[in-house]
Amino acid sequence: MSDVVGTARVKRGMAEMLKGGVIMDVVNAEQAKIAQDAGACAVMALERVPADIRAQGGVARMSDPDMIEKIKAAVTIPVMAKARIGHFVEARILESLGVDYIDESEVLTPADYENHIDKWDFKVPFVCGATNLGEALRRINEGAAMIRSKGEAGTGDVSNAMMHMRKIGGEIRRLSSMREDELYVAAKELQAPFALVKEVAETGKLPVVLFTAGGIATPADAALMMQMGADGVFIGSGIFKSGDPATRAAACVKATTFFEDAKVLADVSRGLGDAMVGINVADLPAPHRLAERGW
Amino acid sequence: MKIGVLALQGDFREHIEAVKASGHAGLSVRRPEELEEVDALILPGGESTAIALLAQTFQIFQPIRDRIASGMPVYGSCAGMILLADRIIYGVQDQATFGGIDMTVRRNAFGRQVDSFESDLKFNGEPLRAVFIRAPWVEEVGEKVVVLSEVDLGDGVRRPVAVRQGSLLATSFHPELTGDLRVHRYFFDQVCAGAIK
Repeated sequence: MSDVVGTARVKRGMAEMLKGGVIMDVVNAEQAKIAQDAGACAVMALERVPADIRAQGGVARMSDPDMIEKIKAAVTIPVMAKARIGHFVEARILESLGVDYIDESEVLTPADYENHIDKWDFKVPFVCGATNLGEALRRINEGAAMIRSKGEAGTGDVSNAMMHMRKIGGEIRRLSSMREDELYVAAKELQAPFALVKEVAETGKLPVVLFTAGGIATPADAALMMQMGADGVFIGSGIFKSGDPATRAAACVKATTFFEDAKVLADVSRGLGDAMVGINVADLPAPHRLAERGW
Repeated sequence: MKIGVLALQGDFREHIEAVKASGHAGLSVRRPEELEEVDALILPGGESTAIALLAQTFQIFQPIRDRIASGMPVYGSCAGMILLADRIIYGVQDQATFGGIDMTVRRNAFGRQVDSFESDLKFNGEPLRAVFIRAPWVEEVGEKVVVLSEVDLGDGVRRPVAVRQGSLLATSFHPELTGDLRVHRYFFDQVCAGAIK
């Protein structure tokens, strides 16, 4: 048989199918159903949303396999789950559970402060966070099949997501304007492999799908990120920490599709109830900023 | 020809690029008035539940059904195949489809993402490298349906993964991800050419 599983094309292709969609954090089967009914293109199964991880402190780890199995049984859309940075055994466990994507995530406490997981070695695809182009390309070099800008998870403050999208987009545009003989130094400065730097310079985009995450709490936030060039959005605490999750979830889905239509955005922004309370990133002490985990 | 691509969710950009690379005008379609502008429609890969829900919310669901009923050529890949099926297995409760092809399609038939694969198969008699992502297969077809590709599941069990009924074409796999334009060209040259005056 000529069949091969787990190729880069199959892993990256899976992310292509998620584009234009919203991936929602859920902590149980009931929330997963609400997300699917609202039009989510996937769910992220985890035990605590980032806002609670932040509030409760302590070490945050991979979720209980029982919880992941229950969520898988409850929905037909793809189910993602998070492993700690560098924790390749958590990743193996998640792969054996048949999750559709693993998020090697800074929202959990890192297991390795030097190395990320060798993601080429897995059949299941990985998404990784990045705050800039060099970080994104290092993750892709390790086998990430999808990138999300990190933002600052669990805050409801979209400013860091904005900063990271501007940074990644700006660095891509800068590469596109360079002469080919300048790309060697650019690769050195970005601390990224030359081949990937050259590919980005030529195509004007990342070689994998780019979503946005971290602080998106309203339909307007989702549309803002889409207008900044995101292929789709992750919404973590923003939905199930709000007053009316089902309505807000559906509104964010509509806003992500019709991100350029201010009339639709106005319509879906009405009567959503309370947004998550949120924390200004500027008020967070530096050691509590999750985006600084990963390198 | 003006070829619309339903752009509610999924990999519609790749389909628009394939349309343009084949020498036709590729337009994204999100609204009923945009649908009226096009000669034919492509339903992209993505999440069929999300696409159907958005189509209903933004009042383009029934207009697409009406155009299908009046003979507009439509091609659906993966989620698009599900949306063209008259009957689906392993849908969410009451999951609606545009329908049009007399077939039963099983969602996520090959398994989860870890089971997604690439394979060599024949499309309309020609060898083709096909990419399957959480893909559906066709469980059974009515007599008007022509099977263009099948996969071999072993033990003599085969399942259709590309089918045509009149002006409707559906594939389980994603030609838009491979840069191979033959399936798109088949749609434009064989399916649309006969159906569009």
